[in-house]
Amino acid sequence: EPLTPKDRMAIPMQEMPSQDPMVRRSNMEEVAIGYTPAQARIEAERCLQCKTAPCVKGCPVSINIPGFIKAIAEGDNKKAVDVIKESSLLPAVCGRVCPQEAQCQAPCTVGKALKSVDQAVSIGRLERFVADWEREQGLVEKPTVKPATGKKVGIIGTGPAGLTVAADVRREGHDVVLFEAFHKPGGVMVYGIPEFRLPKAIVQKEIDTLLAMGCELRTNFVIGRTRKITDLLEQDGFDALFIGTGAGLPRFMNIEGENLVGVYSANEYLTRSNLMRAYDKERAQTPIFESEKVAVLGGGNVAMDAARTAVRLGAKEVHLIYRRTEAEMPARVEEIAHAKEEGVIFHFLENPKRILSDEKGWVSGVECLRYELGEPDDSGRRRPIAIEGSEFEIDLDTVIVAIGNDSNPLIRQTTPGLDTNKWGNIVADENGKTSLSRVFAGGDIVLGAATVILAMGEGRKAAKAMNEMLAKD
Amino acid sequence: MNRILEKKQLSETVFQMQIDAPLIARERRAGQFIILQLCEDYGERIPLTIADADADAGTITIIFQAVGDTTKKLAQLNAGDDIAALVGPLGTPTHIENFGRVVCVGGGIGVAPLHPIVQALKAAGNHVTIIMGARNKELMILEEEMRAMADELIVCTDDGSYGRKCLVTEPLKELCEQDPRPNLVVAVGPPIMMKFCVETTRPYEVPTQVSLNTIMVDGTGMCGGCRVTVGGETKFVCVDGPEFDGHLVDFDNMINRLGSYKKQEEAHKCRCMPDNP
Ligand SMILES: Cc1cc2nc3c(=O)[nH]c(=O)nc-3n(C[C@H](O)[C@H](O)[C@H](O)COP(=O)(O)OP(=O)(O)OC[C@H]3O[C@@H](n4cnc5c(N)ncnc54)[C@H](O)[C@@H]3O)c2cc1C
Ligand SMILES: Cc1cc2nc3c(=O)[nH]c(=O)nc-3n(C[C@H](O)[C@H](O)[C@H](O)COP(=O)(O)OP(=O)(O)OC[C@H]3O[C@@H](n4cnc5c(N)ncnc54)[C@H](O)[C@@H]3O)c2cc1C
Ligand code: SF4
Ligand code: SF4
Ligand code: FES
Ligand SMILES: [Mg+2]
Repeated sequence: EPLTPKDRMAIPMQEMPSQDPMVRRSNMEEVAIGYTPAQARIEAERCLQCKTAPCVKGCPVSINIPGFIKAIAEGDNKKAVDVIKESSLLPAVCGRVCPQEAQCQAPCTVGKALKSVDQAVSIGRLERFVADWEREQGLVEKPTVKPATGKKVGIIGTGPAGLTVAADVRREGHDVVLFEAFHKPGGVMVYGIPEFRLPKAIVQKEIDTLLAMGCELRTNFVIGRTRKITDLLEQDGFDALFIGTGAGLPRFMNIEGENLVGVYSANEYLTRSNLMRAYDKERAQTPIFESEKVAVLGGGNVAMDAARTAVRLGAKEVHLIYRRTEAEMPARVEEIAHAKEEGVIFHFLENPKRILSDEKGWVSGVECLRYELGEPDDSGRRRPIAIEGSEFEIDLDTVIVAIGNDSNPLIRQTTPGLDTNKWGNIVADENGKTSLSRVFAGGDIVLGAATVILAMGEGRKAAKAMNEMLAKD
Repeated sequence: MNRILEKKQLSETVFQMQIDAPLIARERRAGQFIILQLCEDYGERIPLTIADADADAGTITIIFQAVGDTTKKLAQLNAGDDIAALVGPLGTPTHIENFGRVVCVGGGIGVAPLHPIVQALKAAGNHVTIIMGARNKELMILEEEMRAMADELIVCTDDGSYGRKCLVTEPLKELCEQDPRPNLVVAVGPPIMMKFCVETTRPYEVPTQVSLNTIMVDGTGMCGGCRVTVGGETKFVCVDGPEFDGHLVDFDNMINRLGSYKKQEEAHKCRCMPDNP
């Protein structure tokens, strides 16, 4: 007997099983454990299968959400994952890290009816569930590769944008070479986002699939230094290139004391811990500060990751300082909640004025100002205004600056004729085409620091355009 | 990949290696460096200057002092061994032109990074005076190579065991007092030596270029760990440098930052290499 919409609305939202906060504070393992099969089916039953599917409009790559959820409800996980893969190549990643509450889950009818986006159907968790199920069952299939075309495509950067293009272009039978500056592929998914939120093995699995499809990977290869874009096109026989180099240039605040010993960019702190595995003090050679009192400056995902990493590395006190209020924080709601559970101390409407030094030139604290919210600025968020004379100090030994990234200028500086905008991002049209013939770009290098799913979506569009171009040659 | 073709010991703690790295050998210019790793899972990334290269043979030469964990492990490798990861050439190449009279000062292991710079300066037609300094005779490296290129070579040791018994700043000061003054000084060596070279040339207003050796991770401008204060502004040594106008560098801050991990470095016992369980 089919459930009525009323029955479905009465089903309680399935909570994500998670490691206990007190336990996970001292390990790097994944915080969210994932739905059980039974939970997944129950959660899937909550979906009303809305004719207009407002959720789909909230997903940047328009996954057929009611379609895949229906398959889960019917117990056909394989079908569910196949439906997702029509639109997304990285469901195990996006199911974990998408800001769902601002995307697919924001317009969900169930959430609206229950008057809270927290009560929406847990689309991301279900997406993760089926992607994990497929991987754990060993059912991930290597996509078929069409007969060789003899065309060669170079992909610069192995973040979500580059990996997506590699898969889509390789499927058409073109040779694919991926270039990566680091010694490991995966981009921010391996050097930035910590293990406790996105296990490296999941990203590695995606890369293994690409290699099994015959893509070539060249790590330790910096385009612009080891070889330039023009060399690849003019001498090395590449028929098309995709630039997906991300937004890897840390911003600092330009305040006094920013170069003291003990001040990190979040990029450096997270790279040391994740990519270089400094958290594994037994084995890793790369050192990281053994901090007692840390302040993280910023309010995005990067700031949450840095703060929660500091907790896990053994800091006794971790402060997160943000100059607006919690409502304006760009981080995923779940990350903020997890950070609080793990004991991160949040300071809203405060911002450092300068970083204080001890007599040896090491961080000893920050001097902060209190803020209030004024009129909305260009971004629509109310502008924080410093309250004069409100200075106060916090004692610290480490400061991590997580106020955003700009684009790395290396490719721009070494590629004549490649148009960039005033922020240094590469200019690309809706198909990812840049000002240079045969050169495409996408992801954070075009969008500015954005999200995994947007990078993937851009990659798909660019790959389509590249395949069309190569087919016409 | 990255096979060590030849290894030479230049002094008790200084080693020279020739490595098969054709792409880097082709692109590299004076002043640039590589980053290497001895193990991709747990090894750290350390920068070393490309002391020389042969584009035709596809080889680069590194010269390094075994000072700590990674460099000591590197020193244990031999011809025929591979270096797990090697990336480069990194950094902005040295600005080379015919300046006229150039004084190049190399202290200790700093003579190695100086080598390609002198090569390029000579090729551009400069008159080059080289001052080489070391604590003692045993630590003096590349003397023959430098003598072959230099228009004038001054050797000094702290203990007087070889050449003049003085610090490099003494002959540097004398040269600054001569007429004509040098058009440019290039100083490469321990930060404290560079700091004193800069203080020596400052009153004479002789432009002085230094090559900074800050702690690095990625070497591509991504982490900001290598940052220094130059003329009140923050610069990233791996992309904006490694060479800067020494008169503008905040050496005290840089020296402090180099000491960031002293505690951990001393405690490090790596289990990365198979022969070190
Ligand atoms: C700490 C952190 C947490 C985040 N959390 C989330 C989250 O929860 N959810 C979410 O959706 N998004 C999150 N993001 C953002 C998301 O990771 C990025 O938007 C996404 O990774 C961008 O993908 P990309 O492919 O454009 O580039 P990247 O992932 O940045 O990858 C670019 C790659 O190119 C390489 N490269 C750069 N220059 C060169 C060169 N010259 N030659 C060769 N290789 C080069 C880099 O080494 C890197 O591997 C987070 C970002 C960070 C830093
Ligand atoms: C651009 C550049 C070029 C260099 N060229 C040479 C060279 O040609 N020959 C040479 O012998 N040395 C060179 N160095 C210095 C060399 O990188 C360090 O000696 C080496 O990293 C020490 O590592 P370790 O593990 O052996 O010693 P550790 O005991 O770990 O460190 C010793 C000291 O080296 C510095 N150091 C540690 N880790 C790093 C790191 N990741 N990056 C940079 N410095 C670090 C710190 O000041 C530390 O106190 C260069 C450095 C830079 C930045
Ligand atoms: S990809 Fe992201 S936005 Fe789209 S359905 Fe999945 S979780 Fe939602
Ligand atoms: S809006 Fe919500 S309830 Fe409606 S189809 Fe989408 S997920 Fe299901
Ligand atoms: S080493 Fe990371 S920015 Fe220079
Ligand atoms: Mg070391």
